[in-house]
Amino acid sequence: MRKALLFVVALASVAGVWELYKAVGPAAGGDVLGWRILPRTSDHAMPHVWEMIGRLFDPESRSSSRQIWRVVLSGAWFSFRLALVGFVVGSVVGVGLSVLMARFGIVRRGLLPYLVASQTVPLIALAPIVVSWSGRVHPFGLDVPRWSAVSLLGAFLAFFPVSVGTLRGLLSTSPTSLELMRSYAASWRQTLWRVRFPAAVPSMVPAFRLAASASVVGVVVAEISVGLRGGIGRLIIEYGRQATSDPAKVYTAVFGAGVLGLAMASLVGTTDSLLMRNRAPAEERAQ
Amino acid sequence: MPQGVPGWTTDDRGLAMSARAWRAVTVAWPPVVFGVGLLAAWQLIVKVFDLKPYFLPAPTSVLDAFADNFELIRRAAWVSGGNALVGLVIGTVVGVAMSFLLMRSRLLNEMVTPLAIALNAIPIVVLVAVFNNQFASTSEVPRRLMVTLIVYFVVLVNVAKGLRQVHATHLELLRSYAASPYEVLRKARIPNAVPYLFTALKIAAPGAVITAFVAEYFGGNQNGLGARITSNLSTSKNAVAWAYVFGAVALGLAFYLFSIALERLTITQRAASPQGEST
Amino acid sequence: MTVEDLAVEPTTTSAVRIAGVSMTFNAGTPRAVDALVDIDLSASAGEFVSLIGPSGCGKSTLLRLVANLIEPTSGTVTVNGKPAHQARADQDYGMAFQQAGLFDWRNVVRNVELPLELKGWDRRRRRERAMEMLRLVKLDDFVEHRPWQLSGGMQQRVAIARALAAAPALLLMDEPFGALDEMTREHLQAELLRICAEAGTSVIFVTHSIPEAVYLSDRVVVMSPRPGRITQLIDVGLGRDRDDDTRESPVFYSKVTEVREALRGIRGATDDELAIARALLDGGRDAAGRAGVDDR
Repeated sequence: MRKALLFVVALASVAGVWELYKAVGPAAGGDVLGWRILPRTSDHAMPHVWEMIGRLFDPESRSSSRQIWRVVLSGAWFSFRLALVGFVVGSVVGVGLSVLMARFGIVRRGLLPYLVASQTVPLIALAPIVVSWSGRVHPFGLDVPRWSAVSLLGAFLAFFPVSVGTLRGLLSTSPTSLELMRSYAASWRQTLWRVRFPAAVPSMVPAFRLAASASVVGVVVAEISVGLRGGIGRLIIEYGRQATSDPAKVYTAVFGAGVLGLAMASLVGTTDSLLMRNRAPAEERAQ
Repeated sequence: MPQGVPGWTTDDRGLAMSARAWRAVTVAWPPVVFGVGLLAAWQLIVKVFDLKPYFLPAPTSVLDAFADNFELIRRAAWVSGGNALVGLVIGTVVGVAMSFLLMRSRLLNEMVTPLAIALNAIPIVVLVAVFNNQFASTSEVPRRLMVTLIVYFVVLVNVAKGLRQVHATHLELLRSYAASPYEVLRKARIPNAVPYLFTALKIAAPGAVITAFVAEYFGGNQNGLGARITSNLSTSKNAVAWAYVFGAVALGLAFYLFSIALERLTITQRAASPQGEST
Repeated sequence: MTVEDLAVEPTTTSAVRIAGVSMTFNAGTPRAVDALVDIDLSASAGEFVSLIGPSGCGKSTLLRLVANLIEPTSGTVTVNGKPAHQARADQDYGMAFQQAGLFDWRNVVRNVELPLELKGWDRRRRRERAMEMLRLVKLDDFVEHRPWQLSGGMQQRVAIARALAAAPALLLMDEPFGALDEMTREHLQAELLRICAEAGTSVIFVTHSIPEAVYLSDRVVVMSPRPGRITQLIDVGLGRDRDDDTRESPVFYSKVTEVREALRGIRGATDDELAIARALLDGGRDAAGRAGVDDR
């Protein structure tokens, strides 16, 4: 309860800082030590917080009479489903790869350096390329709908943290447990299911959280790259372009993206709690 | 080890040295073979299936495109890398400064942490669309601001953790020396926090590069690596686009290696570095 | 099902036979280590044998060779009349380690059921046997508890229940009480004796503690390091009925002293002078023999 309250206070103080800067900052943008780094504070460039909130309930544009919050919410829902598919596919692939790497030392030694390096390289640079495949490529004569390319990018970004985190967990089983299973003449597969996987869950949980937010970012960026209709990414770009005539509009889309991220995080967070429900509280967990 | 073979001696040291070299080869060959195999397979697949360049250009044509456009790629990398670097430096400095504040005030800490966690879930990179409206359309500031924000939160959370989570035993010891809070800060908290700073940098440095690219997709100046990839794709110059992608990969790796090098230079001997949090 | 059903028919074959076993780690490389050299040891059915010795004497290695967790460089290990790997495949022994090694995602009874699951027993039979074991170790009130809710001693008791679940003829234990405080240790030692007496189980027990070795065993095997080998076999001869009073009996003390002196004789050159001095004080004894100078 206290945490929720503090979160609200934190949000309110962010809004407070926004308004404060708006009140005292230069209207046409300013310089600090010769660098033009202070943003403009005119109502045009920096709408009031209440204007942003109010805009949610106004119609989207002259041509459409739907209230903006509905449009934004449906955009967020669209992107949410794409991100979810990406997350699930990425997680499955990630876990599968990590099992392969745990089982076969050669695969691990060959693949792992690339996985670690890939965490550092901007896969997002591939986004436009992956998205350009849809509509142009027909594997086995099938149509690749554009939305699936967007999900694929989300999966692409999600599977790396999952595979690295799961691998770390699978390899960190206590030697005592492994000796025990060996004394039972258990096969590698039996040991995997009964010991390695359950012991790996505490490592997989933070990996899933990372993967969830990575999937969201991947999907949003991919939507922007391709301009996929219906998603929140495209709304942000569209409203961003209309900012000169309608400054508060883009903020509504930003709120939508926020809701998307939080929804994904809550879903994964609930799954995490389920996975960890019978575990020792962190302080008592044996290392 | 056969005797009489040139280069191999029979004394113990010689035996040990060639054994070490052999072991190094045994350990290192899988990733090298894998990398080479991947490139070879790529080339083969493109040739055998006669894949059109708009799907997947052959590595050889990408290499050619890279060589041809090297100067342009370098300049674009300079722009993107510059944005990432500025954001990284400023974000780190401000993040470290704020972490001291967070260390002092428990209330502030409890307010900021959930905010940081929520921000981690949200694709805050979309804020670039907002920033683009607040600055001139030719300004690089929106991208730098975005990178700064992201780096700031990563550094803040990790360094604050390092300053706060000192071993209880160390704190008790200093208390028994009647040390002042400032002395505790200097003698225990700051040294404890240094590895956390580097853990944060290892996450933030590549993150800065990634953010710099993504920010370019939102419009504004089109002279960075990210923007060039999109523009080359739209003009169907796929091999060139891929060449820019490799430039992007190289830039990201460079930043990561830079953060590792920085760590190696300043920290000599330490126990295992702490598990970092991306926020 | 009663405890008697768990008793093993006394056989004339020895429970464990170790013949000419040597173990070298990293054989053929410059980092080769002779962990064990030329070990010959037999344990009969129902016998309690302790392995004791300083660090590096190979006692844990020897236990793992019996358990077929590792293979010897030379020599043979026979368990229950079969080669060691067959005994492991047939699950002829149960093992307990220094860490209880319970799975914290399973409750107590499911932890005990683990070996039975692997043997393919059906749910009802598994649960029956697990409950029987927990009654044996007097933990039947904690069946649904999670491992972290139990004390160290209780966790080790669960581990022992698990080791006995498949009613093995042989129990292999690697310093299972090492991480516990002295009072809990003594209590668990008494429990272990009771359980093994009732079931007729043979035990090979690795320990660092001289009183523990003497209290528990029929025979104490003294080992020495560099390279690991058996220096002495000491018959304890305290009989089957041991209790708290036994720990204070003169026989107990003299056996503890005997083991301690056997261990002392192992330590290296630095103790030679001490041993020679003692021998000279004793007078009339073979100084060289007592000092163990020729024993390298």
